[in-house]
Amino acid sequence: MAGSYEAMWEKLNLDLEAHAGLLEVLGKFYGDIYLSQDKRLRGMEYLDFVLSEIHGLRIKELQEAKAQGRKVVGTFCVFVPEELVYAADAIQVGLCAGAEAGFDKAEKILPRNTCALIKSFVGFKLSRLCPFFESCDLIVGETTCDGKKKAYEIFADYAPVYVMEIPQMKHACDRDLWKAEVLRFKEAVEKLTGRTITAESLKKAVRLINDRRRVLQRLNRLRAAEPTPISGRDVLLVNQVSFYDDPARFTQKISELCDELEQKIARGEGVADGAQRVMLSGCPMAIPNWKLPYIIESSGAVVVGEESCVGTRNTRDLVDESPDTLDALLDALVDRYMRIDCACFTPNQERLDHIVAMARELKVKGVIHYGLSFCQPYGIESFKVEKALRQAGIPMLTIETDYSMEDVEQLKTRVEAFVEMIR
Amino acid sequence: MKTVGLDVGSRSIERVVWDPATGSWSWAKVPTTFDPVGQCRKLLADVDGMPVTATGYGRKLVAGTFTHVRVETVTEIQAYAIGAHFLYPEARTVVDIGGQDTKVIALNEAGKVSRFEMNDRCAAGTGKFLEFMATALQVPLEEFGDFALGADKRVQITSMCTVFAESEATSLMARGEKAQNIAMGLHTAIAQRVLAMLNRVGIEKPVVFAGGVAHNRCMCRLLAEAVGDGFVVAENPDILGALGAALLAARTSSSLHRP
Repeated sequence: MAGSYEAMWEKLNLDLEAHAGLLEVLGKFYGDIYLSQDKRLRGMEYLDFVLSEIHGLRIKELQEAKAQGRKVVGTFCVFVPEELVYAADAIQVGLCAGAEAGFDKAEKILPRNTCALIKSFVGFKLSRLCPFFESCDLIVGETTCDGKKKAYEIFADYAPVYVMEIPQMKHACDRDLWKAEVLRFKEAVEKLTGRTITAESLKKAVRLINDRRRVLQRLNRLRAAEPTPISGRDVLLVNQVSFYDDPARFTQKISELCDELEQKIARGEGVADGAQRVMLSGCPMAIPNWKLPYIIESSGAVVVGEESCVGTRNTRDLVDESPDTLDALLDALVDRYMRIDCACFTPNQERLDHIVAMARELKVKGVIHYGLSFCQPYGIESFKVEKALRQAGIPMLTIETDYSMEDVEQLKTRVEAFVEMIR
Repeated sequence: MKTVGLDVGSRSIERVVWDPATGSWSWAKVPTTFDPVGQCRKLLADVDGMPVTATGYGRKLVAGTFTHVRVETVTEIQAYAIGAHFLYPEARTVVDIGGQDTKVIALNEAGKVSRFEMNDRCAAGTGKFLEFMATALQVPLEEFGDFALGADKRVQITSMCTVFAESEATSLMARGEKAQNIAMGLHTAIAQRVLAMLNRVGIEKPVVFAGGVAHNRCMCRLLAEAVGDGFVVAENPDILGALGAALLAARTSSSLHRP
């Protein structure tokens, strides 16, 4: 990809040499983890293509859209209502922050014991490695955890940051706060784009994003078949790409992938004979954070569900499409986002219930809970998750790790021992 | 047919040859050195045709290197559980402190693993930690436990990071604290760490203590004091993994040969 995009990257002020190194590592990593798989669906070629063009074609599209006056909004969290961004004819991209890049620079302005995700987004920006960051007209942060909340204050010196306040409880007054935040964000997006959001444009955007959620719901229903028709890491990749691909095109392509999957299921073909069905739960895994899924799927298990923001938390709930007035649509939006069961809420019984229900529906033998080191919300909540699962008779393995590769062997031992235990 | 279990750890490699016909076994132990493959080659020189199951950190290395031998792999957690259950059928918990990790394994009545805990990536609470500290106090590792038992009071080492604990020990020495007391403090720090893991898993008794560190008498005493009745130190504590692997090899090969 490098040759044809260098001028664009240079214009975006990337550190070309370091960026080339990053793409090379990413390409090799992708080859080892993804392209090496047997009996893969043809439809995954689209994902391979998107990944091979991760900093190329999609960035070119964004730049072309910008040239026509459209704005690009970058986000880190499933709480940011994408519908408002599209209703104002802007484009939203989920910024990944899933690689150990620029940590040395990040640690100059952040404490060392900060979670890898935060260090990663700061690191990518400071080391000029991500063309998505450089394409954003606005980067939307949110107050889901103390680490992010405080890091955005520092980050604001380097990028145009807007922060949404996320409620931490679910009382009526919390909904009021969230509604006020949604309205404030609507105004900010309107100001950024110079466009007024109307009932019509919002309804259209709600459908656009709901359609993407529906196709991912369909994928999740299909992948649960026995024998398992698609690897967990392929589904994770689909979820990851959903955050930055064009929504309409993505929905179309994944719909085709689902058609192919249906045929494969009808033929009774699986990808992981004899592998134990497990579910992932916990912190989001952003591109290219494939370490744990790869270890799991190399250890005699197959991932059949992701209870995560890069997973069912982002796709489970739809926005009510029926209202016709702007106010009613905004209320529908507020209600949908208030249903998110992020670990930043207290108490968060809904998440525990969802995990147990999902584990039962997917008929998994165990759950692997993934927490990033120094992530307090998920780290602390994992004790409650384990207890809830134990009461349901489902074993859980707790993994705490980051983006580095130094603990791969220890993780393998743990995961293999867990698979031996649940077999 | 006889089977072989090979436990390739960070410090030593144990081999057990199990004879299902007579129910007897023999064992050998060599240091891992910087050439684990060479050491394994020696241990596998006379196993002709016997099925081998490898465990420990080097299990994949063995499986990948000795292609002329039929090598299966199993994790240390499973291997120690099988070995402990065989020698101590009543055991409900296994504590295995090895060279670079510590594991606490809960067994159900049938000896099957029901839960386990393993230390994080760092050396805190493992044999490696003791090795570092023995070196810092200039005591041979094998004598470190007995040395610590010569303490006349308990000083507290609060840091479990190997690097920080070493500087803590250094500052205690600078204050004139007796080396034996510092050694006891270091042992106590590990015991507390292991107890925290035991508590997470749930201390069901009897508890079997195994792994290389179970040779250390101070560690045995501290854990025995904390656990109380129902604490057993395994005889030949470092061979449980290799024994479990050999037993598993016998199970696997007999199920393969079943018509």
